[in-house]
Amino acid sequence: MSRARGKVTKAEVEAAAASGTRDSAPASAISRRRWLALLGLLPLAAATVPVLEFLDRRRRPGTQRPIGGFHRGYFPNPVLRTHDDERVRLYDDLLRGKTVLIHFFYSDCKDALCTLATENLVQLQRLLGERCGRDVFMYSFTLAPDQDTPARLRNHRDAHRIGPGWTFLTGTASDLELCRVRFGFTDPDPGLDREKAQHTNVLLLGNEPHERWLASPAAASPRFLLSQLDRVAGVKV
Amino acid sequence: METARRNRVELVNAGLTRRDLLQLGLLTTTGYLVTKLGLSTRAAGAGGSPKSPPTTPWVEELPVPPIASPIDVASMGTTPRQGIDLASGERGRSAPHQHWALYDAANADHYLIENRVTLASWHRELPLDPCWCFNGTFPGPRIHARHGRPVLIRFRNQLPGLDQHVGYGRPTPSTHVHGGHNASESDGHPLDTIEPGTFKDHLLLNRRAGFTDPALAPGGDPRETLTTLWYHDHCLGFSAQNVYRGNVGLYHLFNESDTGDENDPSPTAWRLPSGEFDVPLVLHDRLFDPDGRGFFDLFDLDGILGDTFTVNGKIQPFLRVARRKYRFRALNAGPSRCYDCFLSNRQAMVQVTRDGNLLPRPLTVDHFRLAVGDRVDVVVDFSRLPSGSRLYLVNCCEQPDGRGPSERLRSPAQGQKLIQFVVDGALDTHGDPSRVPDQFFELPPVDPGDVATERTFVFDRSNGGWSVNGKPFDPDVIAARPRRGTAEIWNFVNNSNRWAYSVHVPLEAHQVLAWNGQAPAADDAAREDAVWLRPGESVKTFRRFRDFLGRFVTHGRDLVHSDHALMFQWQVEP
Repeated sequence: MSRARGKVTKAEVEAAAASGTRDSAPASAISRRRWLALLGLLPLAAATVPVLEFLDRRRRPGTQRPIGGFHRGYFPNPVLRTHDDERVRLYDDLLRGKTVLIHFFYSDCKDALCTLATENLVQLQRLLGERCGRDVFMYSFTLAPDQDTPARLRNHRDAHRIGPGWTFLTGTASDLELCRVRFGFTDPDPGLDREKAQHTNVLLLGNEPHERWLASPAAASPRFLLSQLDRVAGVKV
Repeated sequence: METARRNRVELVNAGLTRRDLLQLGLLTTTGYLVTKLGLSTRAAGAGGSPKSPPTTPWVEELPVPPIASPIDVASMGTTPRQGIDLASGERGRSAPHQHWALYDAANADHYLIENRVTLASWHRELPLDPCWCFNGTFPGPRIHARHGRPVLIRFRNQLPGLDQHVGYGRPTPSTHVHGGHNASESDGHPLDTIEPGTFKDHLLLNRRAGFTDPALAPGGDPRETLTTLWYHDHCLGFSAQNVYRGNVGLYHLFNESDTGDENDPSPTAWRLPSGEFDVPLVLHDRLFDPDGRGFFDLFDLDGILGDTFTVNGKIQPFLRVARRKYRFRALNAGPSRCYDCFLSNRQAMVQVTRDGNLLPRPLTVDHFRLAVGDRVDVVVDFSRLPSGSRLYLVNCCEQPDGRGPSERLRSPAQGQKLIQFVVDGALDTHGDPSRVPDQFFELPPVDPGDVATERTFVFDRSNGGWSVNGKPFDPDVIAARPRRGTAEIWNFVNNSNRWAYSVHVPLEAHQVLAWNGQAPAADDAAREDAVWLRPGESVKTFRRFRDFLGRFVTHGRDLVHSDHALMFQWQVEP
């Protein structure tokens, strides 16, 4: 590495503390029983993490999250809506036990890379053939859930002549935001993080039961994407 | 990051809504959680309080990885062949060994390196961590090789099958000897992976670049001498995960002057500190989950920063040192952090190498910088310190997130302490026979008349995806086809205004002709296998393509970035 020997005339002290969070809270309903538990814990509220740890233990006595695991427990399980207006749960219905492709988009995105991504995925789906919807499941999550209604997603899907095995998903803004953050489609720059188009050129390929995940540019060639999916699925490549 | 993940999990498991949290006073209306521990996926490496379970520093001794012993070729099971030995289970080799005639089993060193599940102890206060290590140690065994004597390594994959393994990493490695002058088929190309139960033979001739040039034959150009190399996994898409799993080893090349013997009576011997005074320092930052096991955030796509600092596989170890000179070979084994290392007493060090290449002359420095994959050898003299002194190697590089370090350095008092040196007079030897010579080798000439082509590679990031010259990696595309025996100018441009890249180019070391259009400072001239590009920077390099044919890859050395296809392929053609 060049310039390894940069001169330090005046070393400066550590920068300001970390910036805040962009993580969003989930929006599922809260039961009366849990409310009671929460009320009982209010005096401890300032110590957030112990409270939440306590809740976690109360909720699932005797259970342990998998160590370093990225399946049940990591993924939230909000109810989303498909392009056919079906209700599906993120973890139970879409991820659990499956090899998946995760894509974020919004239907009126005019960005050339976003269009290229969709075209690439259409070709990838053709390459997958009947494996799509059987061995591999493709999911496109909207970044604009307020505009992208199930009907609009269906139109978008029809316009690209997309076949079965590739599901488009919408839902409440907070649920979709939770999905985006949990899958890591974020930018460390808060300004860019808010720009929807910033998250349209990355795909996440994952094998949920084996916790094998990797990211790939959405603009990569469909053949390469297929081989990457195979790597994740555990197929010899 | 781990705490962020736990917090994310816990919020969901608790079934709390945003409104609930507001009512509880745990969330402000701007969406920030009030806890200092933070729920941000990106806050972890940003200088906040540590998230991994705390451990007591300076209670465990620095492990020094063993020097591998060559084995009898007869004990390898099957005799190495030029062609791919499919019948015996060899896989992943793209071509027959080049220059096979230069390999003579009777005059070569053979090693069997097994990639296997290893329960690593990063600290005695943490449970054992299931890792994948070379021959069962982290770092893997040191291979001590010598220029002019070939090494044949059989890398055998004893990892669990794809259908058995759960968790980060893919048990299909392709091992790259980083910084070597090696043939494509022995260079660990990311596509040349091997399945569990198979092996791949790497023939490392250890000849210096230029060995097929009649003017430089048979040994190659002494000015292309290599020193401190390392081997690591390079599996396409999974190298960061697999290196983090433990796929790290050391390959040290000696030569007629750097003989590895500080008592060498030969007048041409340099007598750098050797033996127990030649100590590798493998720097690797790591995160541990609440149960104390290694944690790799598969959903942090920017670059992984650990909050725990390990050296040679131990969190904050100590090393007792005698009052004399030591050669420390520092390696940044990633995955994403950049280091700027000082000694806590601001003592000067003598830097002798950069990127595994000897500097033309030793350089007195007060710190050295290591991007991911970089190596720097420094000689540190403890002779003037009183017995009982304690000093530290301190990382002063400030790096808020995976985008790269800031331009600011912490003061050594504020930095991250990596290792404690305890000066122990009881270890003193009778005198110190080691020396640091005034000079090593001059740099090989840069002859513009040899330049066949000039190429430019622009690294960029758009909409969250990485690209080189506007294109993501495609294994079916060869981006450059230099001809063997020629030289080229390669320009690297960082088009991003926010991300820093370190770009590694294998096969031969290059020399920098210009930084942002300016000639480098005289004392900055060196041979290198990587360039470090801050946002908006460009560099012009001169490189030769000698001796070997075949395909190679150039990639971003933040291993997370390169796994996301910040990479291009090139091929040396006849």
